[in-house]
Amino acid sequence: MKNMDSVVCTFCGCLCDDIKVSSKDDGTIEIKGACANGKGHMEEYDPSPVSPAFRGEPVSWDKAIGEAASILKNARSPLFYGLSSTASEAQRKCVALGDRIGAVIDTTSSVCHGPTGIAMQTFGEPTCSLGEAMNRADFLLFWGCNPMIAHSRHFTRYSLMPKGRFVPEGRKGRRAVLVDVRETPSAKAVDRFLRVKQGCDYEVLSALRALVQGKSMEAAEVGGISREELVSLAEEMKGCRYGVAFFGMGLTMTSGKDLNVGQYFNLVRDLNAHTRFSVIAMRGHGNVAGADAVLTWQTGYPFAVSLAGGVPVYGPGEFTAVDMLARHEADAALIVASDPKAHFPAEAVAWLDAIPHIVVDPAFPLTARGATVYLPGAQYGVDAEGTYYRMDGVPVRTRAFRERHRPTDEEIFDRLLEEVSR
Amino acid sequence: MAEKENSRNCVLITGRTQAQTKGMHLGKTGDFYANAVSVAVMHPEMFKTMGVEVGCTLRLRSDSGEISVRSESDPGMPADMVFVPMGPVANRLVGPDTGGCGMPSFKGIRVEVTPE
Amino acid sequence: MSAKTVGIIGGRLYDPANGIEGEVRDVWIRDGSVVAPDEADRNGAMIIDAAGMNVMPGGVDLHSHIAGAKVNHGRKMCPEEHAAHKRSRLEGGRSGAGFTVPTPYMTGCMYAEMGYTTVMEAACAPLVARHSHEELEDMPFLDRGMLITMGNNEFLFDCIAKGEMELARDFIAWTLKAARGYGIKVVNPGGVENWKSSRSNVGSWDQDVYGFGITPGKILETLTWAADSLGLPHGVHLHGLNLGTTESAEHTLRSVREASGRLHLTHLQFMSYGKDKKGRFANRTQELADAVNANSNVTFDVGQIVFGPATTMTSDGPFQYNLGRMTGHKWFGGDEENETGGGIVPIRYSRKNKVNALQWVTGLELFLLAKDPWRVFLTTDHPNAGPFFCYPQVINLLMDRSYRMEVLETLPESVRKRTILGEIKREYSLGEIVTITRAAPARVLGLVKKGHLGPGADGDVAIFHPADDGCRQPKCRSANGCKRKMDFPRWVIKGGEIIVKNGKAAGEIHGKTLHVAPPFDASVEKVIREHFGKYYTVSFDNYPVQDCYLPSKEEVPCR
Repeated sequence: MKNMDSVVCTFCGCLCDDIKVSSKDDGTIEIKGACANGKGHMEEYDPSPVSPAFRGEPVSWDKAIGEAASILKNARSPLFYGLSSTASEAQRKCVALGDRIGAVIDTTSSVCHGPTGIAMQTFGEPTCSLGEAMNRADFLLFWGCNPMIAHSRHFTRYSLMPKGRFVPEGRKGRRAVLVDVRETPSAKAVDRFLRVKQGCDYEVLSALRALVQGKSMEAAEVGGISREELVSLAEEMKGCRYGVAFFGMGLTMTSGKDLNVGQYFNLVRDLNAHTRFSVIAMRGHGNVAGADAVLTWQTGYPFAVSLAGGVPVYGPGEFTAVDMLARHEADAALIVASDPKAHFPAEAVAWLDAIPHIVVDPAFPLTARGATVYLPGAQYGVDAEGTYYRMDGVPVRTRAFRERHRPTDEEIFDRLLEEVSR
Repeated sequence: MAEKENSRNCVLITGRTQAQTKGMHLGKTGDFYANAVSVAVMHPEMFKTMGVEVGCTLRLRSDSGEISVRSESDPGMPADMVFVPMGPVANRLVGPDTGGCGMPSFKGIRVEVTPE
Repeated sequence: MSAKTVGIIGGRLYDPANGIEGEVRDVWIRDGSVVAPDEADRNGAMIIDAAGMNVMPGGVDLHSHIAGAKVNHGRKMCPEEHAAHKRSRLEGGRSGAGFTVPTPYMTGCMYAEMGYTTVMEAACAPLVARHSHEELEDMPFLDRGMLITMGNNEFLFDCIAKGEMELARDFIAWTLKAARGYGIKVVNPGGVENWKSSRSNVGSWDQDVYGFGITPGKILETLTWAADSLGLPHGVHLHGLNLGTTESAEHTLRSVREASGRLHLTHLQFMSYGKDKKGRFANRTQELADAVNANSNVTFDVGQIVFGPATTMTSDGPFQYNLGRMTGHKWFGGDEENETGGGIVPIRYSRKNKVNALQWVTGLELFLLAKDPWRVFLTTDHPNAGPFFCYPQVINLLMDRSYRMEVLETLPESVRKRTILGEIKREYSLGEIVTITRAAPARVLGLVKKGHLGPGADGDVAIFHPADDGCRQPKCRSANGCKRKMDFPRWVIKGGEIIVKNGKAAGEIHGKTLHVAPPFDASVEKVIREHFGKYYTVSFDNYPVQDCYLPSKEEVPCR
């Protein structure tokens, strides 16, 4: 029996690194400290070697790599997508591959926090690391996110519950407000829930900004929230010692998208005229922050990058995967550590099914069904070590608690690079 | 969309659920996942208004497509809103237009909800 | 192209560390290191005919923001800036983009193409050091190191408050090892903590740091002592108080007068301000130059302004917030738990803006008033005061008074009248330029194998032909009277390998990460582990940067 401490869960952007794993002699493992999502992510993966596949049939690695390279070499408009659940070492090699063949590279950000990136590029972003929330925050704002479901240890490990240096009373030393269109389990865990009317986040945020800036409000309500509630919220935020605002898809996916996030960022900026306030995006995948970082440092841009002309060109709306697929502008695709057939609009999925596509993934995602080539690598955080970036950008090295029988994603991209360069 | 008898015009939002996430880990090609993502959730009052039982099959139609799924209720939902877990079923209702920013409208889609 | 032995023949050698200034001398490199001519095996050697050319050590930049979380946020935040400044993969190697914040690959190429071979990342929080190391792995050609920010570290504050100096020193040694850093960086000590805790700052060395009962003066004293006590190759590296304000010079002067050990003042230009008799923004360069001239423990790099766009990025959270508020520009703020803070604001330095014009004048005055070229270094605090690839323009301003006056004439008359720059006749000699861009920074960094070309030195060489000065299009869109010197090396050699030929970088040589590993009492780890358990959101066991992030490294010994 082997015990391993400080294991890093790679499921979501919380990247909890205090997990304990016991590996028994009979091969079973026991995971302690992870939430149900993380536990499932780590337990359900079977590290046994799996054959790659070509047109659904098991083939050798040489054959699979050769066919994949051939698709990439012959493509006139290859699209790389995903990257968010693999390590930065693999992400870097994937971008190098894209540079070599002139691909368009997009990450899962485009259907998650891409609008957040656009807002940051427009307005800036006053942010902090998660430990500042734990140690300092006496006020928390959650907007359009549901941490109990999607980031299940967020409340307990980072934000609502933990005792911090300047919040020694923990939960009792904090006030938390959650804004959403529906009352979720997360809404029930905080002190105040404000129900916003669908599609009215921008208006409500604008009203809050005006109130924080000292203006008075005549309307009785905005976006379904009463003037009294808004005035009270603005006062409470201005009066706290250190506030942290979290947010999710409720802002990025709803009409307004990057403009919603921009208003949220500007609200936080306005609050800094009165007190200290920071904002943290609830990044979904375990290493989407890493994909952001790697693509930025290798091309200058965080997602939606075309390398087709030899120089990086940025184009949300033009080089984002859903758009490329919906407009039939990709003639081949490399899907890495993501599942667009599960998560993209049907029309985009239909085109993906129509073009040659390669899937690199340790599990068998929906996207692998019907893929031309399937390359099953190891899973970082379970049977491979690699670097992951937490939602706040803190980089952690994952541990491997199971023996590896498969190539890592990094090794797969090394081979593809070699093969396309022949 | 004109309202047929028993139909309601609603706003659709999609998102994560615990079952949908668990289904991902068990495998998206499996039954657990398929079941987890094939459900439409509304406020209990909505079922009363439409004169149907919780658990009935609902057809949801948007400009992009339509689905038929079982239903559940959640008192946390507002009126005239329906929630479907993110996934390939919901995505038949989501259009590919991203308004130039790359993000489709996964939340806030107009749908017509009709009991089957 | 690689050869075991390289002979650089017939060039005019500039090697101030070895007392050579312009004599015609050969330089021989064998297996990556300089050897005495009589030890070189000329059979099969690669010979570079350097007749008529100036031969010097590769450049050493001791302060530049080139890699890591803060830099990358700055890069991500300003995509509009990259648009006209790109590198095509068709040139060979990788594509890239960015003007004031070029991608790491471009950064490595552009530094090499300027004749530089060693660069020190100016500020890295240990919590995110791993990120810096990853970016450095994607940066070709350069040897490098990282200065680790410690001036707002709460564990240290606890030590200082309790008077536990040995513990503080052990913690600093442990942290340098954990981050695989090279030196101690101090930024607005206590001020960033006050910003995080109470939306305030510190204005003087005696002010209280909220919640800890210590002062910025005590923080600096402790870190200065620790650097010297640990025998770190480089002394404490300070971005002091009140940066950019009329309070800055006063407090900088005090830090110079009271320096209790080695003290390096970084981007001194930004810290040189006061008020004139009419209460206007003015500089106090003469006083600062006199104070530094009188204290041999003190060195400084200038942080020279270059007119045009810049991206300010520092760990000075309150300063960056105020700059964002003053300019109305987009503002990125980043508080890092237990350790530091920071921010990023893009700006533009304009000749017509009186403050910017004064800043430009101030930097040059500092260069020209400093008596000892061994204690002043050329930087633009890249990208805060200007991009690093503008160094050739700064070199020309220092060497050619007529160019300096030409630019000075374009500035507002009121600024010209209020400053002494116009009266200064001094022109830097080439030997002095080589000193402030190579020999001196290497020496103050404690890099005994860099910055000179005596036997045993690393074989890092830059070779320029004077006729090539200013012949290349500057990198920026609006050249606008930019005239340059030493911008086009014929050859650059790194560790005996050719990395630049006729001004163009080629090949995929990767440099090594220079780091220190001062000893510490192992029992300190127990105390630090408890600290992590209480206040960090990452595990103690996951914090130290593992070996695999430094595929090529060199430990520089402490004294």
